Amino acid sequence: MAAQYLTVFLSLILLLLPSAFGISNRNSEGYSINGKVRFPGFSSTGFGLPAKVSNIKIILNGGEKVTFVRPDGYFSLYPDDFNLPAQGLISEVFGMHKCSILFSPFSLRNFIHNVPAGTHLIEVAAIGYFFSPVRVDVSARHPGKVQAALTENRRSLSELVLEPMVEEQYFEIREPFNVLSLLKSPMGLMIGFMVIVMFLMPKLVDPEELKRAQEEMGAQGGVPSLANFLSGAQRTN
Amino acid sequence: MNMAIRVYLLLFIVLSYSYTAFSLYEDQVGLMDWHQQYIGKVKHAVFHTHKAARKRVVVSTEENVISSLDLRHGDIFWRHVLAPTDVIDQIDIALGKYVITLSSGGSILRAWNLPDGQMVWESTLLGPNASKPLLLVPANFKVDRENVMFIYGNGFIHAISSIDGEFIWKKELASEGINIQQLIYTDGSDTISAVGFVGTHRFGAYILDVKSGELLKYKSMEFTDGFSGDLSLVTDDTAVAIDSIGTSLVTIQFHDGLISFHQTLLSHLIQDFRRAAVISPSNIPGAFILETDNSVTLIKVISRGELKVVEELGHATAVSDALFLPGGQQAFALVQHRDGKILLTVKLDSDDGTSNLLEETIHLDNQRGKVQKVFINTYVRVDRSNGFRVLIVMEDDSLFLLQQGEIVWSREDGLASIVDVKPVVLPVEKDGVSVAKVENNLFEWLKGHLLKLKGTLMIATTPDDVAAIQKMRLLSSGKSKMTRDRNGFRKLLIVLTRAGKLFALHTGDGRIVWSRLLRTLRKSETCQSPRGISLHQWQDPHHHALDQNPSVLIVGRCGDSLDSAGLLSIVDAYTGEERNHMEPVHSIVHIIPLSFTDSLEQRLHLLLDANRRAHLYPRTAEALDIFQRESGNIYWYSAETEEGTLRGHSVHKNCVLEEADNFCFDSRDLWSIVFPSESEKIAATATRSLNEVVHTQAKVTEDQEVMYKYVSKNLLFLATVAPKDVGPIGSVTPDESYLIAYLIDTVTGRILHRVTHHGSVGPVHAVFSENWVVYHYFNLRAHRYEMSVIEIYDQARAENKDVLKLVLGTHNLTSPITAFSRPEVSTKSQSYFFAHSLKTMAVTLTAKGITSKQVLLGTIGDQVLALDKRFLDPRRTVNPTQAEKEEGIIPLTDSLSIIPQSYVTHTLKVEGLRGIVTVPAKLESTTLVFVYGTDLFFTRLAPSRTYDSLTEDFSYALLLITIGALVIAIFITWVWSEKKELQEKWR
Repeated sequence: MAAQYLTVFLSLILLLLPSAFGISNRNSEGYSINGKVRFPGFSSTGFGLPAKVSNIKIILNGGEKVTFVRPDGYFSLYPDDFNLPAQGLISEVFGMHKCSILFSPFSLRNFIHNVPAGTHLIEVAAIGYFFSPVRVDVSARHPGKVQAALTENRRSLSELVLEPMVEEQYFEIREPFNVLSLLKSPMGLMIGFMVIVMFLMPKLVDPEELKRAQEEMGAQGGVPSLANFLSGAQRTN
Repeated sequence: MNMAIRVYLLLFIVLSYSYTAFSLYEDQVGLMDWHQQYIGKVKHAVFHTHKAARKRVVVSTEENVISSLDLRHGDIFWRHVLAPTDVIDQIDIALGKYVITLSSGGSILRAWNLPDGQMVWESTLLGPNASKPLLLVPANFKVDRENVMFIYGNGFIHAISSIDGEFIWKKELASEGINIQQLIYTDGSDTISAVGFVGTHRFGAYILDVKSGELLKYKSMEFTDGFSGDLSLVTDDTAVAIDSIGTSLVTIQFHDGLISFHQTLLSHLIQDFRRAAVISPSNIPGAFILETDNSVTLIKVISRGELKVVEELGHATAVSDALFLPGGQQAFALVQHRDGKILLTVKLDSDDGTSNLLEETIHLDNQRGKVQKVFINTYVRVDRSNGFRVLIVMEDDSLFLLQQGEIVWSREDGLASIVDVKPVVLPVEKDGVSVAKVENNLFEWLKGHLLKLKGTLMIATTPDDVAAIQKMRLLSSGKSKMTRDRNGFRKLLIVLTRAGKLFALHTGDGRIVWSRLLRTLRKSETCQSPRGISLHQWQDPHHHALDQNPSVLIVGRCGDSLDSAGLLSIVDAYTGEERNHMEPVHSIVHIIPLSFTDSLEQRLHLLLDANRRAHLYPRTAEALDIFQRESGNIYWYSAETEEGTLRGHSVHKNCVLEEADNFCFDSRDLWSIVFPSESEKIAATATRSLNEVVHTQAKVTEDQEVMYKYVSKNLLFLATVAPKDVGPIGSVTPDESYLIAYLIDTVTGRILHRVTHHGSVGPVHAVFSENWVVYHYFNLRAHRYEMSVIEIYDQARAENKDVLKLVLGTHNLTSPITAFSRPEVSTKSQSYFFAHSLKTMAVTLTAKGITSKQVLLGTIGDQVLALDKRFLDPRRTVNPTQAEKEEGIIPLTDSLSIIPQSYVTHTLKVEGLRGIVTVPAKLESTTLVFVYGTDLFFTRLAPSRTYDSLTEDFSYALLLITIGALVIAIFITWVWSEKKELQEKWR
């Protein structure tokens, strides 16, 4: 059911503070993961979030860092403790994480190097929606090679788009009152079966055969009919 | 006919068969579950009572919650729970519409929209070294028409725009090694000062240009006696501190870069001054509050650093910050305890001394302890005078709003920090106590039943009707009664909080039946920082001693280290009275409830101390007698994560101490397993729950084979990971990571099973039940979480399926089973992918163990998912045969699918989820689930549906209709039959 699917774009940017920028040559491991949670069905511009999901949490590596999304859907995560030697750098980083330049592959290539090798996992916790966790790999062999992918369907996020995950329905939908559901219930089936026996069964039997059988029975002293049986029971009362 | 029956049966089976075991309709919410939201112990509070907007107070708490509370009722407007590592340092309100939080040691600054709690912006303040986080939000200071706030964190001072969190300027101040203590900005000035200590003997002050952050001046001055503690700011150019030996107060004046010190001996100010004076963090301009062992004094700074005692405040336990009143005056509140009541005083502080503006006594129940914090706010009364409302935080973490000598509202926020939970059964309903309520009159009765009928036929559409039906269902279910019910749904949950308070919650509606601040767990001379560790069932009368109420044992510790003295207390579970408590005893490392009880049905407990001695409780001759009889069969293990060893122990002989102690025993090491520290590190252990019942030991497979479960109380699941994998998920590569799972017999130390998962890392969560263990870990190769199941079967009894053998008695079923015999076991295991990170894991428990199990997963999103054990069955195959399908084996998929309807918390979140407790109900199909974190959630689960009772939504109407229809049909057929017979006879 396509309508039930919610298209979610989770745009992921890995941004590295390259040591080349740094004034000192200390090994700077600081980098940030910037992304966006979007509910396209809600707003075409992606601005604003459904009221239902205003409490969205972005979780890095199973709870190592938790952040929240801004009204425009953007979020930033800083995986490690920062040891930033340079002053000028900080403002540049902050100047950037809001602008859309980040989304161009050019800036990606430019900024992703020297990220510590490893895998990071980003999960989105939003009541009512299922988001696939996103895995971010930084290759050890090829410095600067960074990949992001959905873990659930292994779709690569080279274009930093995540879609579509399910809107979760936590309750059973109560069937509206209808005759069919009534008939389907064990009691309904009981009645149905009874009706079948009452009306259809006599028709299934060949009338000729029935007559012969009745005659045979009659020869043996009458049919022990239901009427007899019931009235008999009444009499004994 | 045969055909018809077959069709009918088939239909019946098809229709009644369904996969989902747990599911709820939306209108059933609240019928058997309840959810309570808490915030935790309040650290900071900022009132927002301007204009016509809704009056609220914004608080941050020790549970890392930032929340906006309704000042009228104490309800939560909105709330956010930050990560446990993201500790909130400071909060404030900027621009009258944003709540500003500074967290993670001054590293993260966030702004939240005041009305709805939506995060507006977030900035990260980076810097090389940790420092005291400071937040200063000037009321109206603008740079280029932007409101600016100042933050000091990680050695940098930042000027940040309030509207969008953009940096305006920043400056490193830590270069001189200065420890900045205060930021000072006077309204209207064009400089901002940052003052602090350089080392312990030097005071330093920076003066910066407020617009550009340019350093205008830096002055520092040596003080020979040195400083200790924090610097308290008194006015914009005066601060006080205590000298390094703690005998005198130092007044520091800094004006225009000129620093001067003035020293005053404390003994001159306070008469019987002994030691240990602290400057209270309360912020009262022009004055400060000095707390010593026996007094609280308000001291004013007069010209040139001279100090003057203004007032002795008696034994005030808490003092608020100063509040500016419209007339340029300031007031502050202080709270004292007197005769079990709270005395609240609001003092007006003006140039000519102080006067009491308000003095009120408020009666609080005596289970609250002392007042910890006071926050004051003012409002304008009808007669234009100032009224005051005061928010107080008590020792048990509860929160009160006081106004006009009354408690306006209170919140039990201690329940946000639950340490342990124990269920207790309620008393049996006594004769003569009639609970049945007679309906008021016939009309009411009829109306009620009409509504009920509407509900059952699902034609109740108006919200009023639905609400009325809900209410009626609640009433009729009688679920909040204080007596035992036939199904065992009603119980008491005894809950221990971090503040040392014990609560009894009713499972029916979650209300607090009683609460008690434990004397044992309160701060005392002998125990400076007590904290509760765990709860244990001490006495649970079932057969004997039925006149006794059940009781629980509370175990605590005097400090954080394992070898600190232990605390014990026994509390009556029905009344909350402390029956018995023990002064600090030996250290307590581990508590083993034994399976023996004495004649009063008190359970024997073995408490292990840091010296590996075992202490027996209760300390009675009878208990000792029982214990000595059984001591040969008592074994335990200890897993030391640091050393990487697993050891098995048993009781040896009485300890040799200076004082003879019959109840103390030395332990003996039986076996040990050493995991090489360079290759393995213990990540998790799991054992079976002690009160788990296993119904059947045998399992019949689809091909009529019998498999015997290896059910042993002594099995331990242990997982080790590569030692490199101590950091987060990304810290190791797949090639160098592995996870090894062990099944170990804790009596003999024998490793029954060992399996390695290459490329997998922790954190590992595991549950052990019956003969299977389920564990959750991260697979680095696949970059997904994985769950594995191991089932263990007894091979030694595998040939016991010959009926002849059973009849002739040559089987080995009756031969004694000893844990020392070498078991022949076989294992089956399987792994599946799973989407979510987990916080905790549990398994459902039922009374007799007949019902199938569900694994309860506390996900990272603070929800609880119930996963059928059928999904975690190692016999699952991709294409199950017809026979296997009939047995209920689900086709194998590589990942465990998440059915949203099986979230037991449905649309709710249990924020800050920490633990899941399952309790069997008396009704076999049902298990009670209590989930705790910052929130509490309770529900009832039926893993295989309620097969032993009718569900609450059972349609009685339909049953009646069916019976009616059948009766009518019988009569119709009778009439027909009679008519036919008559015709037959006429013919």
